[in-house]
Amino acid sequence: MDFLIANFAEILFYCLAFLTVASAIGVVAFKSPVHAALSLLFCFVMVAALFLLRHAELLAAVQVLVYGGGIMVLFLFVIMLVNVKDLKLEQVFLSGIAPLAVIGGVLLGVLIAFGLVFGVLASGHGDGTALRSVDGDEIGNTEAIGAVLYTKYLVPFEVVSVVLLVAMIAAIVFGRRSAGLEGAGGGGGKTS
Amino acid sequence: MKLYDFIWLVPLFPLLGAVFNGLVSNRRGLSKKTTQTVALLGAGAAWLYGWAAVLQWFFTEDRTEPYVVKAFTWVTGGDLTIADGSTAAVDIAASFQVDPLSAVMVGFVTFVGFLIHLYSIGYMHGEPDRDYARYFSYLNLFMFAMLTLVTGSNLPVLFVGWEGVGLCSYLLIGFYYEKGWCAAAGMKAFIFNRIGDFGFLLAIFFAFHFFGTLEFKGLFDAVASDHGGHFGTAATIVGVLLFVGAIGKSAQIPLFVWLPDAMAGPTPVSALIHAATMVTAGVYMVARCNYFYQLSPTAMLTVAIIGGVTAVFAATIGLVQNDIKKVLAYSTVSQLGYMFLAAGVGGYIAAIFHVVTHAFFKACLFLGSGSVIHACDGEQDMRKMGGLKKYMPTTFWTFLVATIAIAGIPPLAGFVSKDAILAKVFEAGYTDLNHFGGIYYLLWFLGLAGAALTAFYMFRLVFMTFYGDFRGGEEAEHHLHESPWTMTLPLQILAVLSLVGGVLIGFPGQLFHLEGWSFIDRFLGPVILTHGEHHGHALSFGLEWGLVILSVAVAAAGIAVAYRFYRIDPGFTRAAHLASRFPLAYKLLLNKYWIDELYAATVIRPTLKLSDLLWEFDARVVDGAVNGTRNLTVGSSWMSGIFDLEVIDGLVNLVGTSYDVASRQFRRLQVGFAQGYAMVMVFGAALLLGIFFVVNL
Amino acid sequence: MIDATHYVALSLILFCLGLVGVMMRRNFITVLMSLELMFNAVNLNLIAFSFRLSDLAGQVLAIFVITVAAAEAAIGLGLIIALVRLKDTVALDEADVMRG
Repeated sequence: MDFLIANFAEILFYCLAFLTVASAIGVVAFKSPVHAALSLLFCFVMVAALFLLRHAELLAAVQVLVYGGGIMVLFLFVIMLVNVKDLKLEQVFLSGIAPLAVIGGVLLGVLIAFGLVFGVLASGHGDGTALRSVDGDEIGNTEAIGAVLYTKYLVPFEVVSVVLLVAMIAAIVFGRRSAGLEGAGGGGGKTS
Repeated sequence: MKLYDFIWLVPLFPLLGAVFNGLVSNRRGLSKKTTQTVALLGAGAAWLYGWAAVLQWFFTEDRTEPYVVKAFTWVTGGDLTIADGSTAAVDIAASFQVDPLSAVMVGFVTFVGFLIHLYSIGYMHGEPDRDYARYFSYLNLFMFAMLTLVTGSNLPVLFVGWEGVGLCSYLLIGFYYEKGWCAAAGMKAFIFNRIGDFGFLLAIFFAFHFFGTLEFKGLFDAVASDHGGHFGTAATIVGVLLFVGAIGKSAQIPLFVWLPDAMAGPTPVSALIHAATMVTAGVYMVARCNYFYQLSPTAMLTVAIIGGVTAVFAATIGLVQNDIKKVLAYSTVSQLGYMFLAAGVGGYIAAIFHVVTHAFFKACLFLGSGSVIHACDGEQDMRKMGGLKKYMPTTFWTFLVATIAIAGIPPLAGFVSKDAILAKVFEAGYTDLNHFGGIYYLLWFLGLAGAALTAFYMFRLVFMTFYGDFRGGEEAEHHLHESPWTMTLPLQILAVLSLVGGVLIGFPGQLFHLEGWSFIDRFLGPVILTHGEHHGHALSFGLEWGLVILSVAVAAAGIAVAYRFYRIDPGFTRAAHLASRFPLAYKLLLNKYWIDELYAATVIRPTLKLSDLLWEFDARVVDGAVNGTRNLTVGSSWMSGIFDLEVIDGLVNLVGTSYDVASRQFRRLQVGFAQGYAMVMVFGAALLLGIFFVVNL
Repeated sequence: MIDATHYVALSLILFCLGLVGVMMRRNFITVLMSLELMFNAVNLNLIAFSFRLSDLAGQVLAIFVITVAAAEAAIGLGLIIALVRLKDTVALDEADVMRG
């Protein structure tokens, strides 16, 4: 019990990490997109919990709201829009390139991680005070992010809003029953 | 204040009007009222100011010397070596002068011009606003050019006006430019004028070459001071070349063919330009430069012969024309011939006198014909007129007066001036002027014959137009009407002047032992260079009267024949009978001696042929040379092409081929589905990262 | 003691899973989900290093990443709709008109 209490943070992390990885495997492996989506939702929540462990309270909330609330709903909408018979593919994975894909994916992941660990000093520990204070005043994490976001990062923030706008327009253009798509006679496939 | 110090204002006023109407009224399509007000103001201001200035000058200045006003320096040139070895500076001033000759011209040009502006308001009222503005702009511009011409104090300024009236003539003849033949008539006038202008320009150059100055006063003094006859050749060259200019401008043989075609313009323009003012510019210029002719018997004889022959020649064509304006046009050419005939025997004053009286009655005739055409709705063929007397009484009476005047019945204007000319010519023969007496007698006879012809064809015109029954059909008859007051008022004024103008300004004093009563003789005297030989009148009193009676008798005979043929014979059978008896002569006259065709055969077609020839030359020789060069280039290009193809292109193709081969292989990488690309990307990124780590760690 | 290395390891696993899913799955919808996994891996890293370096910039950047992820999801799902309309399938390897 003492061990549990003394190493609560580590145990929590490992539990969360395990659940995250498990659900991520589920996303990749489930044949049914609906199952994959539910697995992904679980994964998002776990990641949000991991954010909390690193004193990113706002990010955790945003993760749940945007990913769990917004993006997941979007996925589920699409899944419902598509005919059920089209939804499940008998062949889940692409044949032939699977070994290459695994090798490539792991290789790139390892290389990036290697770069991160050795490029940035990965060991050591922060205390999270800086993440909730501005100019030495200790305020909440949300307030601190807001203070930075609307001052120092105002221009990127606005640019990102434009990106969102463009994405919205693009989604509408792709999604609407346009003459361009049907005019292509169904065989053009230029948009895919 | 001396008004004549600002004599340049006289041409300036119409110029302002022209600029306003041309640039503002025409562009913006201002109302007719604005346009005509501005145009009338321009012409009216020129008239009033011109007369005021001339009158003031008349009563204050010494009239034997020209009063020169310099407006500004126009051309400043270096020194040139002239004929006698000395140097003369090419300094040309835009200067204007008032002297008796200018005064007379300003007096009648502004006055007749103003009347024609007034008349045009009535005549052109049917035009669209913009065309109306364009018309009055041209008309004002013409006034400007003509007044520059007559007030300029040196040859270049005169030349500016000279070209200006030519331009305006072109613009106004081609006024209805939508009709192709009007535009063609305009071009014809312009080209024939250009031929004359070429002579004029040469004359200016020669004048400077020989005399070192272009000022009229300077030239006059230079010539007048020459008692040894050094300038004889120079005067002949300059005089003949100047006369070439006058031939073009005043439509003399052989350059007269443009004037009848010039009737394509609106009728008031025919009156203003082709009767009253512009065509008389040639006469004015000869009179202005009389000193050259006085020195050169050859030049004088040339002028006289061309004038005399033209007078009869044009009159014979006028006999058979059926177009009312064509008759008047040939009549104008004929009358201009009289003026040159006078100038050619030294009767410059008589010539100018005839210019003035001719302006009165010919303007009246043209405006009257305009009134007739206006009433007949554009019809110009006299065979479709007749009996207009009762429909348009004012036009008829004024027209009749002007006709009597031009026919030479005393005491109307035409009689006085024409008789002065004939007397002068007879005198030249009588006194054996320059030992060409025989030729001058012959010319006098031609003049007399011309007078008879004039009387005949003018009364033929009157009888065909105003007497008998209307031959234009019911509908056209219904349309007949008298013209508005703006048209009849100028007619009436001009008719009165035709009636009394001659006696008023040029009383034939020698007929009544009252020498010196002729105002114009005394007034213009100082302008003419005299050698002092011909004082008084060479002709005896009885001879003068004999000539008068002879010319009146001749004119009366012409009228009588016309009466017989066209008045008491309404069907014109007698005339037709005569025409059929002499078909060749009739055809010859009707087709204007085939002069146009002659030009076509001798000048126009050869010109076209020459152009073709030049084109051939161009195509064969020039193009041949070009093609030779081309072939040379092609040859060398071929050589370098081989090199290019084999070596350069070989290299280029090698690159291309290698890409071709490579892409044939590499295209297999294009698996065509997204994840294939993603994988390539992943391996690429991994490779780059690996390289990065290997290099940096 | 959990430090950034643990998070990097976790995010490495997540990233590799996502990447393999993107490259191997035939179903366009699951491909997009795998893509979201990769975004999450990135965000984990950002948060971990933000904590490690006591710098809020990591969290701000994570917000931007979430935003871009949302945009990407919207466009990707639009593409799915277009693909389904065009080919009556969600199989990504059916969209192969660009095959050389």
